[in-house]
Amino acid sequence: MSTPLISIKNLRKSFGDHEVLKDISLDVERGEVVAIIGASGSGKSTLLRCINLLTLPDGGEVAVGDHRIAFDGIRTVLPNNRQLAKFRASTGMVFQQFNLFPHMTALQNVMEGPITVLKTPKAEAESTALSLLSKVGLVERAGFYPDKLSGGQKQRVAIARALAMKPTVMLFDEATSALDPELVGEVLNVMKSLASDGTTMIVVTHEIAFAREVADKVVFMRNGVVAEAGPPSVVIDNPTQECTKAFMARHSASTTAIASLTRVA
Amino acid sequence: MNAMGYVESKVGQPNRAIWWVGLLIIAGVCTALRHWHGSDAGPTGYKWDFGALWESRKLFASGMAYTLVFTIVCVLFGLLVGLVTGIARLSNNPLIALPMRAYIEICRCTPLLVQLVWFYYALPVLTGIELSATFAAAMSLSLYGGAFYSEIIRGGIISTDWGQTEAGKALGMTPLQIMKRIVLPQAFKKMVPPLMSQSIMQLKNTSLLSVLAIPDLLYQGQVVAHDIYRPLEVYTLIALAYFAVLLPATILAKRMELGNASTER
Repeated sequence: MSTPLISIKNLRKSFGDHEVLKDISLDVERGEVVAIIGASGSGKSTLLRCINLLTLPDGGEVAVGDHRIAFDGIRTVLPNNRQLAKFRASTGMVFQQFNLFPHMTALQNVMEGPITVLKTPKAEAESTALSLLSKVGLVERAGFYPDKLSGGQKQRVAIARALAMKPTVMLFDEATSALDPELVGEVLNVMKSLASDGTTMIVVTHEIAFAREVADKVVFMRNGVVAEAGPPSVVIDNPTQECTKAFMARHSASTTAIASLTRVA
Repeated sequence: MNAMGYVESKVGQPNRAIWWVGLLIIAGVCTALRHWHGSDAGPTGYKWDFGALWESRKLFASGMAYTLVFTIVCVLFGLLVGLVTGIARLSNNPLIALPMRAYIEICRCTPLLVQLVWFYYALPVLTGIELSATFAAAMSLSLYGGAFYSEIIRGGIISTDWGQTEAGKALGMTPLQIMKRIVLPQAFKKMVPPLMSQSIMQLKNTSLLSVLAIPDLLYQGQVVAHDIYRPLEVYTLIALAYFAVLLPATILAKRMELGNASTER
């Protein structure tokens, strides 16, 4: 078996006294879609943010493609800003709050990374950006500023912006959690089409149905550890761990409750 | 729609203000003109004679020129100092941040008049380097203004959403690139109104330069007043001259502020 594209070994992270990640290890193969699920505060977003070093781990090792960085508590020689930037450029991140640049049009948002970081010639960056915008179905919105876009459109531009860096892996941090319910679908559809194109993706999500449909591997996190990991048919539909069973039961109970509420309405 | 209405109604305000101020100025000039010919002694028996100032017009003009040149130079250098120290104060390194803090507090907590005198008289004794009055004046006014600019710039930077910095990091940008491409362009919009009002203060503060015998508007006014024994007319004219220069500047500042509000993205 080949070496995994992304390899996380013994990752640890504390915020003050609170240990958020306790010895996490996770491998992701090229083209694989991994969904990380779990209750709020279980550490799933922190794990994702450690993969592109937006949060610096206290211990363990993170490897994405050819880039590998090891952390060893206070003895760690922290990588300098340039090394960090290079590492991050190989990952694409989609945030819950979109974080589009408000002073740039959709097109300029998508072109910003290639031009500033990769030093791509402007014409080339523009044609790539336009094809990415058409991929997320927004090419006719290319000249719009973010405040003239809906939440779903903003998030699709943010996905195109991350893709423009031709990242090794796409990281999604609750990409649909800030959206109005009727806008969730358009973003999930873009993510589905990425997955079927063979993009390697790590997705932190509350959308269990989406995880079941799209993910190759589901990681259930609880209190800073991976409680259960495996294909969705196991982790979501036939969990072996008690805590996973309880989480899934709560989830399906709430979905049923919402469904019955909608029926009443 | 509501937001637009709000902006429109606010745009109306400076227009009305201009009318009121214009009316006041016309009334003032009419009164002055009545006294100009010496036909009316007024309630206190003082005979105003603005005609006597005409002969000294070249002194007033050169004084105004000095005031404007000093303002421009000290605003530009002040902004430069403010930008550098404002960013430096955000440094995590206390060896950089603390001296900046010290500089800002010293400049903000001592009167400009004291600084001017100290730079001109005390600094040469300490360092053995003679400073010309012009240089000492320009330097201390720039440093003084720079301290205030610095706080405005720092405030603008830290009030920019942290998500913007994270989005830049996630694209693989270095801190300098993030500052230049993402944060400063957004922060600058918010900074413009306070920077303008601080620059207006800079112009008014040039009047203190007369203590170092810089021939600015106030200094020349004092010369003329001693010359022709018409201090009331002289200082009235000087007040009007400062006002005539600064009123358009404040109106412009207001315009820019409202312009920013309506194009807020």
